Amino acid sequence: MTLLSVENLTLEFDTDEGRITAVDDVSFEIAPGEVMGIVGESGSGKSVTAKSLMKLNPGNSVYSQRSRITLMLEDGPVDVLSLKSARELQVVRGGAISMIFQEPMASFAPAITIGDQMVEQLQLHRKMTKKAARDLSVEMLERVGISEAGKRFDQYAFELSGGMRQRAMIAMALSTSPKLLIADEPTTALDVTIQAQVIDLMKDLVAEYGMGIVFITHDLGVIAQTADHVAVMYLGRMVEHGPVRDVINHPAHPYTRGLLAALPDLEHLDAPLTPVPGDIPSPLERPSGCVFHTRCPIAKRGRCDVEVPAMTALEATIASNHSAACLALNDPHWMG
Amino acid sequence: MNDSHPDALSPGIGDASFSFEAASSTVPLISVRDLAIHYPVGGGLFTKGMVVRAAEGIDLDIPRGAFYGLVGESGSGKTTLGRALLKATPITRGSIHFDDGEVSYELAELGKAELKDYRKRAQLIFQDPYAALSPRMTVRDIIAEPLEVMKITKTRAETDERVREIAAKCRLNLEHLRRFPHAFSGGQRQRISIARALVANPRFVVADEAVAALDVSIQADVLNLLKTLQEDLGLTLLFISHDLSVVAHTCDHVAVMYLGRLVESAPTRRLFAGPRHPYTKALLSAIPSLDPDHHSKAQKLTGEIPSPANPPPGCKFHTRCPYAVEICKTEEPPLEQTPDHHMVKCHRWKELLYVS
Repeated sequence: MTLLSVENLTLEFDTDEGRITAVDDVSFEIAPGEVMGIVGESGSGKSVTAKSLMKLNPGNSVYSQRSRITLMLEDGPVDVLSLKSARELQVVRGGAISMIFQEPMASFAPAITIGDQMVEQLQLHRKMTKKAARDLSVEMLERVGISEAGKRFDQYAFELSGGMRQRAMIAMALSTSPKLLIADEPTTALDVTIQAQVIDLMKDLVAEYGMGIVFITHDLGVIAQTADHVAVMYLGRMVEHGPVRDVINHPAHPYTRGLLAALPDLEHLDAPLTPVPGDIPSPLERPSGCVFHTRCPIAKRGRCDVEVPAMTALEATIASNHSAACLALNDPHWMG
Repeated sequence: MNDSHPDALSPGIGDASFSFEAASSTVPLISVRDLAIHYPVGGGLFTKGMVVRAAEGIDLDIPRGAFYGLVGESGSGKTTLGRALLKATPITRGSIHFDDGEVSYELAELGKAELKDYRKRAQLIFQDPYAALSPRMTVRDIIAEPLEVMKITKTRAETDERVREIAAKCRLNLEHLRRFPHAFSGGQRQRISIARALVANPRFVVADEAVAALDVSIQADVLNLLKTLQEDLGLTLLFISHDLSVVAHTCDHVAVMYLGRLVESAPTRRLFAGPRHPYTKALLSAIPSLDPDHHSKAQKLTGEIPSPANPPPGCKFHTRCPYAVEICKTEEPPLEQTPDHHMVKCHRWKELLYVS
C-alpha cells in the first residue's frame, strides 16, 4: 500500500538571475508507518522537495508538466499539485499532512499562546468544539512528555526551552492526526542530549500513530537511528535510494561514500577525515551531465560531464530496492 | 560511601602503559585558576542585582602547541570562557595567565600597551563565515585589515606579501584575493576567516564553532586545514564545539563544560576511552550512531538543561544525573585531578568507575 507517491518531481525557481533548478526528476513512495529519510547538504533540494508535498514553495516556483504528487486518502487519491486555492489546499496543509520545522520559535506565533494555536487548528481541521479541542491539546502535550501540560497550554512559545518548544510543535503537528508528517531538520537546533530525547519520542509516536514520515536532515547519524529507507540528494538530484542499512553499510554512489568518509566517527578516532574534494557548485552554475562529476573521484571526462545517469537498481541487491544514479554502477570495467 | 574501593582505582590511573599524553609540550600557554565570570541581568524591579554565573571555579591549563577542545551544550559557558581567554569579557574573579615564552601576561592586569600586544598574540575565528566577512571589502582587504589596524606592517608591499603568504597557506590564490566574499562558498569563506585570524601571526587562536555552519563534506576539509596550520605555525588552538565527534577527531585534549562549570578534562583518548563524569558519559551516548542496529544502551538523560540564570544548588548536573544522591543536591563537588592529567568534578566518580 502506498500513502504518498512522488513521480518525476521537477521544480525550478524563476529568479532575476534566471531559472534555477531546485529539484530535478525526483521520484519516491512512502507507505503508512514508514519513515523515509532525505539526506543532503545545502542546496540539495531536500527541503524544497518536502515543501512541494504541501505546495508550500514560493510563488516563483515552476513545476514541470510531468511532476506528479499523489496522496492516497480514504476518499480517494489527491493530486496535490493540481490544488489551487488556499481552501483546496487545506486538505493537505495541516489536514492530511503536518509539518514540523527546524526552529520551533519561528513556527509558533509569538503573541498567541501555544494552547490557542493548537485549538485553532483543531477547530479548523477537525471541526472540534473548543472544549474538546482543549482536552485533546492538553492530552497531546502530555503525550510528548511536557510536564504540567495544563500550565504550558496557556504559555507563549518564548516561555519554553528549545527542547520543550520542539515537543510542543510535535504535539501540535500530531493532534490533527495527519496521515503524513514532514519533519524538516527537527532536531538540528537542539542540544545533543535533548536531540536524543526527541528522536526517541518520534520513534514512539510513529509506532503508535502509524503515519508516514518524511524526515529531512543533513545528519546521517540521525537518519541511521530513525529512518527505514533513505534518499540521498545532491544539487536537486536523488543520487541514491534504499533501505537505510544498505545505503549506510554499502553506499553505492560516490557522493554517499564521500559523505560517510567525511563524517567523524567516534568508533574510529584514528581514521583520517576525508573531505569530498571541491565545493558545492552554485545553483546558477549547475554542472552538466551527472551533477556530482565536478567533485567525483571516479568521474570520466566525456562520459560523466555529458550523460545524466538514471536511477538504476543495484545488481547485487535488487531484492532490497537499493538504487543509485551513477554511470560507474554495475560496470565492472569502469575503473579499468 | 563505603570504603570498599581501593586507591588503585581503575584501569588507566597511574598506569605507565597508558601514554596518551599530547605530543605537545606540557608548558602551559594559558593557565586559568578559579576563574569566575558573572553577568548582571535584568535591572527590573525584581531582578535587580541578579547575576548569571556564566563560568565559576574554572581551572584549566592549555599546553603550548595544543589543539585543545572545549565541549558543551547551550548555556554551558564555553563561549564565555573562550572570550575571557581573549580578554574580550571582564573577569569577576580568578586569574588567567598567558606565557608564550616571549612574554608573560596576567590578563586581569594588562596595561594599555600590553593589551595591544596581546591582541596580536591572541585571535578569534568566528562560527558564521557569512556574517564574519564584510561584503564591501575584497578578500585581500579583509585579510589585510588586522595588519593595518594593529600597524604590524610598515608598507603596502610588506602587507601584500604577508597576505599572500597566509592566503596561500589557507589555499586561497591571487585570483581569490581580488574578489568579494559573496562569490565564495561556505568552506572558502571559512578559509578566508582563518587567514584573517592568522595574518598577524598569533600564538593563540580561539575557534568558536568554526565548522558548525559548514556542510559535512566541507567540514572535514576545514578541520584538516586547521590541524595542518596549527602544526606548521606552532599555534595553540582552543577549539570550542558542541560536537563531540568532531572534537574527538581533531583535539589532543578535551574539556567538558556544563552550566558554567568545567566538569571533566583529559587527553582526548583517555576521555573517550574512559569518561568519568556522568554528564560526559551521557553526552557520548547521545550521539546518534551511524549503525542503524546500534541503539545506545547507555542512560539517556531526562529533563532539560537548567537556566544558567537560575542554576540548581550543589552539583549543577544533579537534576539530570541518574546517579545523584543526597550530597549532590547540596554540595558542589571539587574539581579533582589524577596524575594522568584527568580532571573530574563529581562526588561519586570513583564509585561510578565500576558502573558501565
